[in-house]
Amino acid sequence: MAEALVFSRPAALAPTPTTYCPGCTHGIIHRLVAEVIDELGIAERTVGIAPVGCAVFAYNFFSLDFQEASHGRAPAVATGIKRARPDLIVFTYQGDGDLASIGMAEIIHCANRGEKVTVVFVNNAIYGMTGGQMAPTTMPGQIATTCPLGRDVSLAGYPIRMVELLSTLRTPAFIARAAVHTPLRAIGAKEMLRQAFQYQKEGTCFSLVEILSTCPTNWGVPPAEACDWLEHNMVPYYPVGIFKTPATGDRAPRPYGAERER
Amino acid sequence: MAKKLMKGSEAIGEAAIQAGCRLFFGYPITPQNEIPEYMSHRMPQVGGTFVQAESEVAASNMLYGAAGTGERVFTSSSSPGISLMQEAISYMAGSELPAVIVNIVRGGPGLGGILPSQGDYFQATKGGGHGDYRLLVLAPWSVQEAADLTQDAFDLADYYRNPVMVLGDGLIGQMMEPVEFGTERKPVRELAPKTWAATGWKGDRPRAIINSLFLDPEVLERHNRKLKAKYDAMERDEVRVATYGTDQPYDLLVVAFGTVARVASTAMEELVEEGVRVALIRPISLYPFPYHQVRKAAEKAKAVLVLELSCGQMVEDVRMAVAEKRPVRFYGRQGGMLITPDEAAAEMRAVLALRKRGVHHG
Repeated sequence: MAEALVFSRPAALAPTPTTYCPGCTHGIIHRLVAEVIDELGIAERTVGIAPVGCAVFAYNFFSLDFQEASHGRAPAVATGIKRARPDLIVFTYQGDGDLASIGMAEIIHCANRGEKVTVVFVNNAIYGMTGGQMAPTTMPGQIATTCPLGRDVSLAGYPIRMVELLSTLRTPAFIARAAVHTPLRAIGAKEMLRQAFQYQKEGTCFSLVEILSTCPTNWGVPPAEACDWLEHNMVPYYPVGIFKTPATGDRAPRPYGAERER
Repeated sequence: MAKKLMKGSEAIGEAAIQAGCRLFFGYPITPQNEIPEYMSHRMPQVGGTFVQAESEVAASNMLYGAAGTGERVFTSSSSPGISLMQEAISYMAGSELPAVIVNIVRGGPGLGGILPSQGDYFQATKGGGHGDYRLLVLAPWSVQEAADLTQDAFDLADYYRNPVMVLGDGLIGQMMEPVEFGTERKPVRELAPKTWAATGWKGDRPRAIINSLFLDPEVLERHNRKLKAKYDAMERDEVRVATYGTDQPYDLLVVAFGTVARVASTAMEELVEEGVRVALIRPISLYPFPYHQVRKAAEKAKAVLVLELSCGQMVEDVRMAVAEKRPVRFYGRQGGMLITPDEAAAEMRAVLALRKRGVHHG
């Protein structure tokens, strides 16, 4: 019986050890992105955009051309690349501080213009690289170095749900949220990433997949416990699923006052 | 191509298209809105792309992204908007990407005003954003020169892999003059293919990584020195300066750039007719600054007068060039107020009168 290779490193993933902490799910997400790029056969025309944050060295971990963005600006950089070369497949890889805080304007307008790019949005509810400060996605009561008593929603507001926010835009898009803290969730995340890149490959629309991620180091919990914490705290607030597809169209207006009576 | 009457802003936009640029990213700000408006209708006609960004921060980062593919890219703005672009300009200098940025300077600081100023001289010539870098800065004094310098800027940006800024003001942007675009224009430098561009890795070259992050201090120092070598080459090869009346003996040397130099030349003509011995030197490249040429010209004069639409910025470079060998007097207007030819002439006379009385001005 001939030997068959059933598992190997994706070609789009560089043979370089990552710099991520033990138990961090960035490595899994990198792999899923690389597998999708391989399977769609788009590696030779893909340009990735690395963020400022833990994934700042993403250009070392993918066997792809890359451009490093300044903090939050990856969707603007992606816009520039895609408008210059519409034949390229362009994706950004951004964390929650990058995308939901400093880069809020860039992501909203990139999505609203319907740029044919793909955004991989890794939400671990904290600033990782700078050492555990409060993020716009930090959970109520969650301790961070800039909210040592836990996030106080009366002062800092509630965590921002980017996928829900972006899904209100009229411009057609594929917007989904996934998680990777169990094998089953990871399989679902890959399917969403595949759809996101597929939509770009076909030139259909903007696509974004938010992926809930653990940060054992800055959460201060061991990796296995971090997966449980994510399941019990983040998943109920950040539900997993596909929120918008190009077919969804506009939301129906909700009746109000006299209108409602009719 | 025949001469055409054009607004400065439109001539700058058309020059970018003539230079082969097909990508414009911008955001509205007075007094340069005619440039993005012109690009928004011209780009589709030539198969190009115009994007109105959500902010100058985004516009300049789009510029950075598009420049990474090796295509020619262009943006324009005015002072407060240029401040917002400094992030991406620094990244482009650090990542060695070519781009052309036009700053139609308005009065400041802060929101300032919307009328002409030269108050961004420091920002343009001494770096502007964070970190250790320079922009090549060109300052036109006519609509034709604005068009010519804009075209040259694309070649110089590609040649040095560095952003180039064209520094104008509202006068340049608004005035209408005849312009001619040469049909047989050749690049001002021989340009190499852009093998560094990130356009998808097929394994036939090293991976393209457009980046300005170097955490190892030894590596970053090497990178800084590599950039410095480019700035040294600019200082050696890219100085541009024009002189007027320096072939005759003169007592007073006037130094001015852009539209102020134009006003100064009008005033000078009037004085020369009266027999007053005055000459004018006009830096066209503000970085690299023509230190040597200004020093040589100043040595032939008894005094130097610097005219600017600011509280005195270029005058610091003039003083550095003259190195206290001659008295340097400054006259400026601010806030969008202009120096009239009469005012310029009066200042020139005043400096010479003080010289006669033996009064030294620092």
